[in-house]
Amino acid sequence: MNLLTLVWNYLKARPLNTAINIVLLSLGIAVITILLLFNTQLEKKITENARGIDLVVGAKGSPLQLILCNIFHMDFPTGNIKLIEAEKISRNRLVKKAIPLALGDSYKTYRIVGTSREYADLYKAELAQGDWWSEVFDVTIGASVAELSGLKIGDKFASAHGLVSGGHDHDDHQYIVRSILKRNNTVIDNLILCNIESVWQMHEEGEHEERHHESDSSFISSRLIPSVAANDSTKEITSMLIQYRSPMGAVQLPRFVNSQSSLQAASPAFETARLFSILGIGVDILMAFAYVLIVISGLSIFIALYNSLKERRYDMAIMRSMGATRSKLFVSILIEGGVLTLFGSLIGLLMGHGVLILLSMMVEETQKTGISGFVFYPQEWVILGGSLMLGLACAILPAIQAYRVDISKVLSGN
Amino acid sequence: MHFPDVQVKKGENILLLGESGSGKTTLLHLMGGLLRQYSGSVKVNDTELSTLSELSLDKFRGQKIGFIFQKNHLISALSVEKNLAMAPYLAGLPISQERIEHVLETLGLAEKRKSKVTELSQGQAQRVAIARAVLNKPSIIFADEPTSALDDKNCHKVIDLLLNIASQNQSTLIVATHDQRLKDKISNQLKL
Repeated sequence: MNLLTLVWNYLKARPLNTAINIVLLSLGIAVITILLLFNTQLEKKITENARGIDLVVGAKGSPLQLILCNIFHMDFPTGNIKLIEAEKISRNRLVKKAIPLALGDSYKTYRIVGTSREYADLYKAELAQGDWWSEVFDVTIGASVAELSGLKIGDKFASAHGLVSGGHDHDDHQYIVRSILKRNNTVIDNLILCNIESVWQMHEEGEHEERHHESDSSFISSRLIPSVAANDSTKEITSMLIQYRSPMGAVQLPRFVNSQSSLQAASPAFETARLFSILGIGVDILMAFAYVLIVISGLSIFIALYNSLKERRYDMAIMRSMGATRSKLFVSILIEGGVLTLFGSLIGLLMGHGVLILLSMMVEETQKTGISGFVFYPQEWVILGGSLMLGLACAILPAIQAYRVDISKVLSGN
Repeated sequence: MHFPDVQVKKGENILLLGESGSGKTTLLHLMGGLLRQYSGSVKVNDTELSTLSELSLDKFRGQKIGFIFQKNHLISALSVEKNLAMAPYLAGLPISQERIEHVLETLGLAEKRKSKVTELSQGQAQRVAIARAVLNKPSIIFADEPTSALDDKNCHKVIDLLLNIASQNQSTLIVATHDQRLKDKISNQLKL
C-alpha cells in the first residue's frame, strides 16, 4: 500500500472520467508531437538535399518551383534552357561546379534525371551493386526506387512522360538498370539517374543522329556534356545546379544570370526559407489548436479533481483519523493530477509517433520525403515535463482543499 | 458544550450513553484527538492532547487509536484488503498480510478479502470498519454507535469481538451509543 496504489485505485474507480481526461490531453500532445517530428525532419531533409547547391539556373518562372523541381524533385520543370546559354554561365569564374540536369520523364512516379556523375557525387551516393551508368539508356536507381518499384539489375523499363504513372509512355526505347545505390537518406534515394543523352534520345523519336566526333579534329566538347559540341545551339537542358567558388558568387551570379532574358537563378536557401514561412502559418494554426486542446484537458482535470474531492471528503477525513498527515493528502491529490497528465502525454507521444509511422507506411509521398516516425527528439522530454507541470498546476487547488479538510466536522456530518 | 469529568484506566472499558445530540460524538472526537479546540483538559497517557503538535497528533491517532464511526466510511475505491492495509500504512507501521487475514477471519470476512467495498452488505461493511480499527492493535478503540445498524445476533457478536480484542491488546474500549442492548455488556457507564 502506498500513495500511488491509492491514487491508481481512485483513477480506476472512475474509468470514464479518467479516460476522457487522458484522451483530451493525449490528442493535444499528439498534434504537437506530429508537428515537432514532421517539421524538424522536413527542415533537416531540405537542408541535406540542398547542401552543396548554391544556385539553381533554369527557365523563367516561379523561383520556388525551380527549387522544388530541381532540388527536391517534387514539382514540374519551368521549361528548358539552351545548353549554350547554360554553358556561358558555367564558364563564369565564380562558378566552381556546374551540374546539368535534364528532367521530364518518370517511371512509376520516380523521376528520371539525366545528369552527370557529379550529381551523384554531390550527395555522396555510393553503389550498392552494379556499375555506374555509362551508355545511353543505362540507369542507376536509388535505394527507395529499387525497393518500392521492384526493379533489379538488368531489368528494362519504359519511361512515362511527366511525374505521374500512367502518362504517355515512351515505348520506342527502354532503359536498362545497371546499378542500385546505397540508401543515403537524401532525395537521390527516389531518383533514377542516367546521362543526359538518354533523356534527349528518348524524346527525339525516330531521329537517330550518330555523332562521330572522335574523328573530327575541330570538335570542342561542351564543358557540361562532353559528347556535345561546345557551340551546339540546338540542345536544351532543364536546369543547372551551381556551386560558387567564393561567397562573391552569391552577390554577383544571380544578378548576372537574371540579366539574361531567358534564364532565371534561384537560391535554395532563400526559397526554402520562404517556403517555411508560408508553411509556418499552417503550422501555427495547428499548434494553436493543440494548445487549446491541452488547456481544455487541464481544465477538465481540474474540474474532475475538484468534483471528486467533494465525494471524497469523508475518505479524506477517515484517512486523517487513521494518522494521515495533511501533507500526505495534499501530495496524493498532486500525484493524481500528475499521473493523469503523465499518462496523457505518454499516450500522446506514442500516438504522434504512431500517426507518422502509419503515414509513412501508407502514403507514398511521405515515404519519398523520408520522414519517419521512429525518430525521437530531446524536445519530447520537454513535452513530458511540461505535461507533468500542467497536471500539478491543475491539482494544486484541489490539493489545498484536501489539506484543509476539517476531520471532526466532516465525520460528524455537519 | 460541557462534559462531566471522566477517567478511564488502561484496560478498562466505558460506555458513553446518551440520546443523539447529547454530544457523544464531540466527546469522542475530543478524546481521540480529532478536535483540538477545547478548554479544560484531555489527557491520554498523561499527555495533554492540546500540547501535541499536529504531526505528533496525527501519529498518535494512527498508532494508538482505532476509530469505528457511525457510518462505515470505507474507501470505496479500494478493495476490502486494501482498506485494511491503509491503517498500518497511514500510521507508518509495517503492513502484515497475515494480520489482515487473521482479523478478517475472526470477523468472518475471510472470503471477502478481495471484494470491492461497494459489493458488501451493510453488516459486512461494519465489520470491515471494525477490522480496520483493531488492525494496528491500538491502545484505545473509540466506537461511535458501532452496533446500531446490526441485528441482535450480529450486535452481540460485534460487541463481544470488540471487548475481546480490547482485552487481548489491553486496549481501552470506549463506546458511545444510545443502543440499550449494550447496557449489559459494559458495566462502566457514563450518561450524557
